Amino acid sequence: MVRTILDPTSELAPGHRPAAPRLRDLDGLIGLVDISKPRGDVFLDRFYSLMSGRGLQGLRFTKPTHTRPAPPDLRHEISTQSMAVIQALAD
Amino acid sequence: MTLPEGYAIFVSRDCETCREVEPAFRQLVDGGIAVTFVSQDDPGFPAEVTGVVDDRELALSWRLDVEATPTAVRIKDGEPGDRVVGWRRSEWEEFFGFDNLAPELPEYRPGCGSLTLLPGVPETLAAKYGGGPALGSRRIELGASEDEHEAMFARGWTDGLPVIPPSQERVIRMLAGTERSPDKMVGVLPPDYQECTVEKVAVNAVMAGCLPEYMPVLLAAVESLAAEPFNAHGVAATTWYSGPVIVVNGPVATRIRMNAEHNAFGPGNRANASIGRALNLIVRNIGGSRPGEVDRSTQGHPTKYTMAFPEREHDSPWSSLATERGVPEGKSAVTLFAGQGPTPISDQKSRSPESLALSLAAGLRVVWHPKAVGRVAALVAVAPEHARIFAGAGWDKERLRKEIIDLLTFPDTEIVAGAGGIEDGSSRPPTGALVPKFKPENLWFVHVGGGAGASSGIISGWVAGPKGSAMVTTIVDEH
Repeated sequence: MVRTILDPTSELAPGHRPAAPRLRDLDGLIGLVDISKPRGDVFLDRFYSLMSGRGLQGLRFTKPTHTRPAPPDLRHEISTQSMAVIQALAD
Repeated sequence: MTLPEGYAIFVSRDCETCREVEPAFRQLVDGGIAVTFVSQDDPGFPAEVTGVVDDRELALSWRLDVEATPTAVRIKDGEPGDRVVGWRRSEWEEFFGFDNLAPELPEYRPGCGSLTLLPGVPETLAAKYGGGPALGSRRIELGASEDEHEAMFARGWTDGLPVIPPSQERVIRMLAGTERSPDKMVGVLPPDYQECTVEKVAVNAVMAGCLPEYMPVLLAAVESLAAEPFNAHGVAATTWYSGPVIVVNGPVATRIRMNAEHNAFGPGNRANASIGRALNLIVRNIGGSRPGEVDRSTQGHPTKYTMAFPEREHDSPWSSLATERGVPEGKSAVTLFAGQGPTPISDQKSRSPESLALSLAAGLRVVWHPKAVGRVAALVAVAPEHARIFAGAGWDKERLRKEIIDLLTFPDTEIVAGAGGIEDGSSRPPTGALVPKFKPENLWFVHVGGGAGASSGIISGWVAGPKGSAMVTTIVDEH
């Protein structure tokens, strides 16, 4: 019986990434990210108006295409300007 | 252990030459030569000699790199010096400075293969005593009561089916299939963007059930996977069905006994099955794409377990896919296509290429969606019975491609949203312009399948072009 085996993975650190601190309130800019999937904009438009109705501030971002990762500049923009992100993932 | 000064003679009772020259061994001992016998299989051999070293664990034989028995090695200051291998009286007399050694024996007898070199043994000894390739992977020690198969399921390393435990011995054996160093990087794999080394490819190849000779093909497949135009990140993350479809061209396919004929897409051939599976395990274990996590495929597809096949080249009426993709004749290549399938289409009555092309075009019309144009791709697996009809009329792959593109060029009024009562479709106002469903670079053909059966398979693709995935071909480095 085999007792020692080799790890077939990329050996990333054990998957216990601490979650980001939870938000106490929603005061601040909340990014609304459209990944360019059909009707993602409809969903986020509705979300934006619901947020506005509650006095919350939304900031819109759009990925050039859903089929590829967001360009580094856009990732930087999103992460530096938003305190939290809502993303419309699938159609 | 340290061998005493003088000489060490490695022997095995199982070796016919050792048994035959046993009188010479005894003569050396009786003649006062400082000889230590090291027996690979029986410390009672040679008979009537004291102090035979028991090397049934083969540690000494491995350390001294003994390739045959008998081998006599000079030992000085505890270190091995020069040696004689097999039996040749004149050599032995000179080596030991001993005149008239066993004159009754034949002048020459070849040695027998050392037990260290039996199939499967070198890898075990390398893992036990060192001396094999340096392996950098983390060692996972299994608990005494832990079932190794369950342990691998529990760690999330498998595709849902059992895998072969990647022991050091097996990985060392797998690495013998390539001359590349284990620590050499093959590519960086998304979505985790981790470096995939030759060693990690070998570990996953073991798990998938590959043989060492598949390694060059698998390495080329991983290189294709890591190539930017393939967009492995998108292929992994999409809600679409696609997985990596591997097409193997060239002499390597025959050499590793891949199946291009009956059931080429089906079960039963080890190379077809395990090469595709290994690549998907690498996608999972190195790339980090796991269903339900980054892999968001809505329904998934069996292609994501395994899909690898060679083109049936030996009697193909056409140039191969690799040749069409610019690979020099005689070279082997791996082509990676993001797709799923095949979806079969039957046509048993067409005898003209025009009629048969219409059947194939009707099948291809529905790739992605009947209204989808421009960013769709397909790899058509043309069975020999169909290929013969095209080739018999002088149609090569290029002609077939052109004819099908023409057949699938239609007015944009057909693809607009709402056309045919279907809400899906283009949101651009139609102008009546003609639009081709396929661009030439997104429609490919391979000759594959058994000799009987008038049906071909459509392997449909994911999004084609710069926003999706492009087919990638890599020449197989067989060293």
